[in-house]
Amino acid sequence: MSTAIAQKQGFGAILWDYLTTVDHKKIAHLYLFGGGFFFIIGGLEAMIIRIQLIKPANDFVSAGFYNELLTMHGTTMIFFAAMPFIFALMNAVVPLQIGARDVAFPFLNALGFWLFLAGGLILNASWLLGGAPDAGWTAYAPLSTTSPGHGVDFYVLGLQISGAGTLIGGINFLVTIVNMRAPGMTYMRMPLFTWTIFVTSALILFAFPALTVGLFLMMFDRLFGSAFFNPDMGGNTIIWEHLFWIFGHPEVYILILPAFGVFSEVIPTFSKKRLFGYTAMVFATVLIGFLGFMVWAHHMFTVGLGPAANAIFAVATMAIAVPTGVKIFNWLFTMWGGSIRVTTAMLWALGFIPTFTLGGMTGVMLASAVADYQYQDSYFVVAHFHYVIVGGVIFGIFASLHYWWPKMFGKMLNEKLGKLTFWTFFIGFHLTFFIQHFLGLMGMPRRTWTYLPGQGLDNGNLISTIGAFLMAFGVIVFFYNVVYTAIKGEKVSNDPWDGRTLEWTIASPPPHYNFKQIPLVRGLDALWVEKMEGNKNLMPSEPLDDIHMPNSSILPFVMSLGLFIASFGFIYQVDDLRWLIVLIGGMLITFGAMFVRSVKDDHGHHIHKEDLEKGDGL
Amino acid sequence: MKGWMGKFRVLFILGSTALVLSGCGLENLTALDPKGYGAQVSLDLIILSIVIMVFVFLVVMVIYTFVFFRFRQKKGQEDVIPKQVEGNKVLEVIWTVIPIILLLILAVPTVTATFDLAEGQPEGSDLLNVNVTGNQYWWNFSYDDLDVQTSQDLYIPTGERVYIDMKSSDVIHSFWLPSISGKMDVNPENENTMFIEAQEEGVYWGKCAELCGPSHSLMDFRVVAVSPDEFDQWVTDMKNVDPEAEPETASAQEGKQLFSDKGCISCHALGSSPTAIGPNLTSFGSRTKFAGILDPTKENLVDWIMDPESIKPGNKMTGNYKEVTEEEASKIADYLLQLEPSEITPEDAESE
Repeated sequence: MSTAIAQKQGFGAILWDYLTTVDHKKIAHLYLFGGGFFFIIGGLEAMIIRIQLIKPANDFVSAGFYNELLTMHGTTMIFFAAMPFIFALMNAVVPLQIGARDVAFPFLNALGFWLFLAGGLILNASWLLGGAPDAGWTAYAPLSTTSPGHGVDFYVLGLQISGAGTLIGGINFLVTIVNMRAPGMTYMRMPLFTWTIFVTSALILFAFPALTVGLFLMMFDRLFGSAFFNPDMGGNTIIWEHLFWIFGHPEVYILILPAFGVFSEVIPTFSKKRLFGYTAMVFATVLIGFLGFMVWAHHMFTVGLGPAANAIFAVATMAIAVPTGVKIFNWLFTMWGGSIRVTTAMLWALGFIPTFTLGGMTGVMLASAVADYQYQDSYFVVAHFHYVIVGGVIFGIFASLHYWWPKMFGKMLNEKLGKLTFWTFFIGFHLTFFIQHFLGLMGMPRRTWTYLPGQGLDNGNLISTIGAFLMAFGVIVFFYNVVYTAIKGEKVSNDPWDGRTLEWTIASPPPHYNFKQIPLVRGLDALWVEKMEGNKNLMPSEPLDDIHMPNSSILPFVMSLGLFIASFGFIYQVDDLRWLIVLIGGMLITFGAMFVRSVKDDHGHHIHKEDLEKGDGL
Repeated sequence: MKGWMGKFRVLFILGSTALVLSGCGLENLTALDPKGYGAQVSLDLIILSIVIMVFVFLVVMVIYTFVFFRFRQKKGQEDVIPKQVEGNKVLEVIWTVIPIILLLILAVPTVTATFDLAEGQPEGSDLLNVNVTGNQYWWNFSYDDLDVQTSQDLYIPTGERVYIDMKSSDVIHSFWLPSISGKMDVNPENENTMFIEAQEEGVYWGKCAELCGPSHSLMDFRVVAVSPDEFDQWVTDMKNVDPEAEPETASAQEGKQLFSDKGCISCHALGSSPTAIGPNLTSFGSRTKFAGILDPTKENLVDWIMDPESIKPGNKMTGNYKEVTEEEASKIADYLLQLEPSEITPEDAESE
């Protein structure tokens, strides 16, 4: 196993290994730890926000700094915590679930990660360089285009670069899932997690370009004096809102669909039953993805689009509840008649069902346009989207980490610590956010630095802050669990959970080439099918032969480094034209690396048959 | 729509009281105790949707609880393989069709109400129109037809629709009056119109609901709803204001001089002048709050004049007038506090 060898080679070798890797399993590790790092930052920002709101008229932080915190909390959590976690899962699991040896474009896969990291570091560099963006994660113009300092420039460049990485990743997984499934794995035999990643990748492909366009317009407004969003010069701020939400609403489904996929793996495994209504689940996923593009204006009911637009978008939004409801009932009936084992992963799934149902309930309530005139931009909305994004996406990520950790790292996360994390996080979560529905209806707008005493908002905010501390405790226990597991965790076999899908047929962690021989898939839940017929493993679909694998490359890192450097040139050339040197220098590094990539042939390498026969192939 | 869900409302309010120790919020601020037409229509829909959704939630939870306790793995059953069920057409059709019906029950009144609240002003009606301008971080109210200007406190007559035409002078704001109506965004490029209708006299809290800069959370305003007669009286009084009138006390007279010497007057209009760089101060002495958030005491006013930045970060007044000593600020305060041109004050609305 390569990790074991790397350990013998020392820290420098491990670092070089990860800087140059194109192996989807190692890229998953990178996404996971990158996302974890930003998750801690975003969490600290959240805690400062809740401390500021613990009592009325508090001045723990200043008003301007508070706006930076809320902007960075939202932006970090969506783009640099939730997204990389999803990408970590895609990388760790999808190629294994479809019986592939890597993704279709391993080089691009690495490039996608390094672009994400560059974007996240650019955004967070703003803290150290004169102030973070302060116009909200939605960055509505003209507040964002007129915001003083460079904060919003960091937002624009950071998101643009990481967005390119996301788009690359989405295309990569589309191609991978279309082309690289093992023989016999038809579309309707794909595990549901792979299905959700397939739909999510398609959503990325269509949604992110809208954000790219919006960010380009904003970049030109801020850095080069154009006026797309400046009403005084004939521009229009509503165009930004449309572009942002044409991206922003599908983004919600980009995050939640993979979580649905996780639960559709975890619940069958720990109920020992196949997923109830698999076909309906697939169609519900596709339908949610499709409808997700038809509803963006429900974020804009109060913008003044008129009653016809509001009514159409209200009804379209309500329609999404139908496929979502189908999913909830299918999960319930998967458990019905099963044999439920309450492991930590299953506990997160069991916590998810009522929590997400509540989030879906408030989703339908928000869809009612006239009721939304009250909810819009109040704490009710804050409560709602935390119920779906934390209660859906983050619960899903916790479930998946406990479920797939043994496959990714070869060791089990500690179950006792896992359950402690679940209970504190789950109770803390509801304590924090349930009360916020009422705070919103009682007249508390969102993004509010403080509130005056005597408005009936004091107790609710106090309860909310107490809950936030409980959540933070749960997260700390989880990080402790990760460290504890790395040191003391017990090694596991191929299939610690009695799994149903292909990833459980190979070693934990899998060898560099995943499958010595590509398996032959004979049905949905391919491994389960074989288990039921008394076979230990799948039949191979090919004779043992040389395996062709891609070579490592430092170029993805270099390309991203160039863009990272160029961003500072873009941002600071406004103040001083000499920064153009940095801009051009950075772009030369990127284009140089692209040139090298284009002209230098790289045919990859082969792992020879003889080595494979000898044992672990290394 | 009105009234037919009265019983649900009682249940709902009782329920939320139990949940939230502080009841359902402050009267005249909370959206849970509507005092105006728009807020009433919204609450009816909120309650309808909660009733439908709680029903769905209960169904889910009943199945969930049953499944969890009934089908949890028991000791000695570790090797039992449950029957692998593919699905069930009838069940799947049921849980597709029933939600569709439930959503239709919600969709129809939603669409009706959306068009109801967007209803324009009838041709030739003499309903009141107010131009609302959102500014960082204060509100200007201009009664164009009546030739009256005011800021921060919006006076309206009860029992009739008042059409407010909103526009922003800088960034996007949002005009939210939870007890009277929902909210609508105040955009810089186009005028948005909605009507508000207060059913009872009272002073209602309004807030800016769209992030607009550091002092976004301090951009409060008030709506003072008085009887139509009192409103007419207020309009008459406001029209008859003499902006040049000499105050009675010596201190206030000096304050008036300082008001122009220190440059206050170049932004703050008195009377019906449409200049609105800063809030119109015609009836400053009757304000419900100073700067939107401070209790109306002289002490607070002096603090504000001396150092507005510490009270409302990012405001546009800071640094745009000559420095004042505490003594000068006190005199300016004396001048401003006696600007009470109308007998109709917020107390008239509150005393009802």
